[in-house]
Amino acid sequence: MKSVWPVITVIAAILLFWIVAVIPMNMHLTADQAQRQDIAVSPDTPAARQDLSGAGLALRNTHLFGMTYTLERPRLPSPHQVGVEMWKTIALQKVTSRRSLVYHGWVTLSATLLGFAIGTSLGILLAVGIVYNRAMDMSVMPWAIASQTIPILALAPMIIVMLGSIGIQGLLPKAIISAYLSFFPVVVGMVKGLRSPDGMQLDLLRTYHASPAQGFWKLRLPASVPYLFASLKIGISASLVGAIVAELPTGARAGFGARMLVGDQYGQPMVTWAALFAAAITAAALVGLFSLLERLTLRRMGMQAA
Amino acid sequence: MNEPVIAASRLNLTFQTNDGPVHALKDVNLEINKGDFVSFIGPSGCGKTTFLRCMAGLETPTGGDITVNGMTPDQARMARAYGYVFQAAGLYPWRTIGGNIKLPLEIMGFSKPDQAERVKHVLELVDLAGFEKKFPWQLSGGMQQRASIARALAFDADILLMDEPFGALDEIVRDHLNEQLLQLWARTEKTIGFVTHSIPEAVYLSTKIVVMSPRPGRITDVIDSPLPKERPLDIRDSKEFIEIAHRVRDGLRAGHHDV
Repeated sequence: MKSVWPVITVIAAILLFWIVAVIPMNMHLTADQAQRQDIAVSPDTPAARQDLSGAGLALRNTHLFGMTYTLERPRLPSPHQVGVEMWKTIALQKVTSRRSLVYHGWVTLSATLLGFAIGTSLGILLAVGIVYNRAMDMSVMPWAIASQTIPILALAPMIIVMLGSIGIQGLLPKAIISAYLSFFPVVVGMVKGLRSPDGMQLDLLRTYHASPAQGFWKLRLPASVPYLFASLKIGISASLVGAIVAELPTGARAGFGARMLVGDQYGQPMVTWAALFAAAITAAALVGLFSLLERLTLRRMGMQAA
Repeated sequence: MNEPVIAASRLNLTFQTNDGPVHALKDVNLEINKGDFVSFIGPSGCGKTTFLRCMAGLETPTGGDITVNGMTPDQARMARAYGYVFQAAGLYPWRTIGGNIKLPLEIMGFSKPDQAERVKHVLELVDLAGFEKKFPWQLSGGMQQRASIARALAFDADILLMDEPFGALDEIVRDHLNEQLLQLWARTEKTIGFVTHSIPEAVYLSTKIVVMSPRPGRITDVIDSPLPKERPLDIRDSKEFIEIAHRVRDGLRAGHHDV
């Protein structure tokens, strides 16, 4: 239970920062609205207020602090506004409704999981190739690294459009972008893992005259399991980011990415923020799930989790 | 029976390094007979481990001949003619002790019931009965090394090659394991090649002590031990023991003077 307090402290610090930040961030909007409601504001013209910073304006209008937390379309929603939006869209909607975040979450999650499966399989295959084939060792790694230097935001629409033009639509294009982000940590981790057995362990297998396949299944693969889990945890969160990014530029109608975009375009910041938080919670849950799997697997294998 | 189990004649091995060629072994001649316990002793760089690795087919000599059971070392390796014990136990952390001992048996295609029987048998041989289901981290260093010896014994090769197997263990554990190793050797009648840099260990264990010296790695003395096969630990206080230890030390010193 001791480990709970540091976590709570950090969350409290973030919340506090957020709550304080709401005031200056929303002050200009609040002042405009207050003026419309005949509340005295200083200075009293919008133009004069524009010359002041949010913090400066806040200091001259301390009586408006309360209002900054209740704007309908704030620049920065307060925590409770985001919380209410999440409650409304997660708990109070049927999960099949297009207004439900659970529905949108599932759309993104399904692309994430498919992409993660593709990316992980591809990553493991590439790693095996790199470890066993000298030509692949020399050729694949630079390309894998180069692939990750291209901004995914630039690449995603191109992939979606190109796949669309050959008739591939829906889940798969998003999954491919997911896979594009998630295969890389798996390649890097698995190459390191498959190469982790030392010379002595390889010599031992030679003294048994073991075949290369036996060396793979009995030594290299089990030795790489701890590395694989480290990679999977990075890979699954990268997959989720990939799926969301894939939804952003393509006019997707469903998914976390679509919700973020809708909130942005229609001036509903709460919608954007709620989607953002739901995505973060989903990512945390996925990483947590893999941590748990890691612990169970390593314990079963007799190895302590790092 | 007259055929030596391991025979090396004019064996040479030169490593090419950035600082020029290194003569790891130079004109090494040696015969090991069935049932011998042969120790290789010498300072670091004298080629004792390299020599053992040549016997195992893990290094390829650059000149001369070496045969193991009348075959080339590589053929002997493929025929699984020897068990090899490394300096570190090198047990797979994801396998139980029993699972680790099964590893060579699985690779060599022994049947499941045969595997189980052999695991039980060799665990008794190294005095680890009851530890089959434990994981390596649950065992002490000495027990891990015993498990690795059991692993090398599991497929019942006639030759056991051991590369400083007790080098990383403390004196008391080492004494104990030396005693056990002698009992094991007496019971199994294996031919053992044993690399060490401890003089008492070499003298206590061996029927034949091969003294080596570095740059170039070569044999400077081969001592046939007059000690009886039955060796209690206190034999190390006997006159013969001390005389042999002296001769080994002299051999090592002579090798050093040449440098």
